Amino acid sequence: MRKAYLGIDIGSISTKGVIIDEDQALLAHDYLGTEGNPIGAVKRLLASIDEQLDHARYKVVAVGTTGSARKLIGAMNGAAMVKNEITAHAIGTVSLYPDVKTILEIGGQDSKIILIDNGVVVDYAMNTLCASGTGAFLSSQAHRLGVKVDRFGEIALRSKSPTRIAARCTVFAESDLIHKAQIGHSQEDIIAGLCRSVVSNYLNNVGKGKAIRPPLVFQGGVSKNVGVVRAFEEATGYPVTVDANSHLIGALGTAILAKKSKSETPFSFQITDINFTTKGMECQQCSNHCEVICIYRDNELVDAWGNRCERGAVRP
Amino acid sequence: MQKYKVSFPHIANYWVPMKILFSEGLDVEYVVPPPITKRTLDLGSRYSPDYVCAPFKYCLGNYIETMEAGANTLVQAGGVCRLGYYGELHEQILRDLGYEVRFVNMARARFSKPLIIYNHFREINPHMSVKRIARILPVVLKMVECMDEIEDYMRKNIGFEVQNGSLAAVYEEFLTDISQVRTKRELRRAYNRCKKRLRRVPLNVPQHPLRVGIVGEYYTIMEPFSNHYIERELARMGVIIDRWMNITNSLRPSRKRDIRNRIKPYAKYHMGATSMYTIGKALEFAKRKYDGIIHVKSFGCTPEMDAMPALQNISSDHKIPILYFSFDTQTSDTGIQTRLEAFYDMMIMRNEAK
Repeated sequence: MRKAYLGIDIGSISTKGVIIDEDQALLAHDYLGTEGNPIGAVKRLLASIDEQLDHARYKVVAVGTTGSARKLIGAMNGAAMVKNEITAHAIGTVSLYPDVKTILEIGGQDSKIILIDNGVVVDYAMNTLCASGTGAFLSSQAHRLGVKVDRFGEIALRSKSPTRIAARCTVFAESDLIHKAQIGHSQEDIIAGLCRSVVSNYLNNVGKGKAIRPPLVFQGGVSKNVGVVRAFEEATGYPVTVDANSHLIGALGTAILAKKSKSETPFSFQITDINFTTKGMECQQCSNHCEVICIYRDNELVDAWGNRCERGAVRP
Repeated sequence: MQKYKVSFPHIANYWVPMKILFSEGLDVEYVVPPPITKRTLDLGSRYSPDYVCAPFKYCLGNYIETMEAGANTLVQAGGVCRLGYYGELHEQILRDLGYEVRFVNMARARFSKPLIIYNHFREINPHMSVKRIARILPVVLKMVECMDEIEDYMRKNIGFEVQNGSLAAVYEEFLTDISQVRTKRELRRAYNRCKKRLRRVPLNVPQHPLRVGIVGEYYTIMEPFSNHYIERELARMGVIIDRWMNITNSLRPSRKRDIRNRIKPYAKYHMGATSMYTIGKALEFAKRKYDGIIHVKSFGCTPEMDAMPALQNISSDHKIPILYFSFDTQTSDTGIQTRLEAFYDMMIMRNEAK
């Protein structure tokens, strides 16, 4: 029986999972929508990769989680490693591209840049306060234009003269886009312009003051959009690498970290039969009203968080 | 005659010396404002202009809360940026909301001109005695100095407590102790007792702990609620936190020319408010080979925004990572926690690679 490691990346929009063996080879993977229900999404994910895994040869011995719901899903799965997505992405990327110097990442709600030197993270930045220029923005604009977001890239590539669209802020970009459409710009030019505006927004905000050096690796959901890839290449002047599994890198990174943690407990896929619920409550001890979240497994409290001080502590 | 019930909005733990200054020095009742919570921020942002910086909103919310607690005289201090104008704006907003309070705006007071300060104090209580204030003021200033010194010790050690919260418990007792203090001698006794007890708290300091310097805007850096307790969160990962900015240091006779000379390669002109200190201290942390620097400011703080390009140059010249935070009225800690964890991981990985 060989050891295997499960990595789960639960983002705002999508949930990704991989199982790797001791040599970091991919044994199973899947990608599905979070749909505002991280626990449900992870159960569906586990059911899918459970089927893909050769249970006669492999046994999952450690779980790692990352992404914005990492803590919740970590508590649910008894994870050995709960890691922030910046570190997870860096570890995952470096395992595939040891020479990488700059990682560009645009996800559903956030975007980040990670600078690597000799395989080590030396600097990073993440968008603050505003989600402009992220996947969520592109999806909503695709909807407005009546185009499926996964076709955005190919349509953008057809454009000969991309429309100029304001890049500073989602609201400005959106009203600019509407006006340009109304005065007769073609759909492909607008979509290409949108891809460019995402890139210039990224470079002006997240990438501000960071030295972008090749090789460049681009990942996160938006990396699947060839229009944005092209816009990045034009703006930076460097070729941009997008891995075929660019959407799985965070999950891969956290699986590698789970393996490195050396903390092993057999993992059972039966977890999908267990009923996990969360209950939010407002602590009434002071006027701060901390929102405390309690996690229950079959009605038994397993974890709780969200309190700022001891008075709001809830313990299993 | 109506009794004066004076209050000043919260910043960190400085309400303790404030209370002594007002009650002992000016012979007025001091209303300790309710602690800063989400409600403070809700009240403050409801009645503030949207684009004003977060400290304005915290102060406004805290004024309303302290009036609910019985205050009828509000004091606003001056400031070296937009803060200097805040007093008037706060007063106007509160008047428009229908609050009938006395508002004493000390924005025009200069510490170098004792007479002006005296006139402002007289505005708070016309019957004040110069003798009283002259007796208590040095004690209060010394008290702030003691607090700042102890808090500095805490920041550097809180990450290595064997038992979480043991240093904070000693400090809480110190604050209770000094609220009874009226002379320098009593203060010294309380201070020494606290120091002794702090040194007895068992610590588990690794051989080469990570060191992080914190720089940034006056209010946000000092009021822990407004920066989501980043010092405590980061320290608990096992990090020495170093921060120069506090009331004592900011009141010290300025050595602005000194700082300006030292940071000349990065900034030629004074950019206002705390920006020069931010650059100066960041450069010092970099030269002392700290593992990282965190820059905090409220969203839209112009002087600190102007300091950022200089910080970026310091970061690339000295190969020191800098994490930038801009705080507004968001209350979720998730994104902040993610960035702090990643910053910690990065410092560890950089050290391992050395």
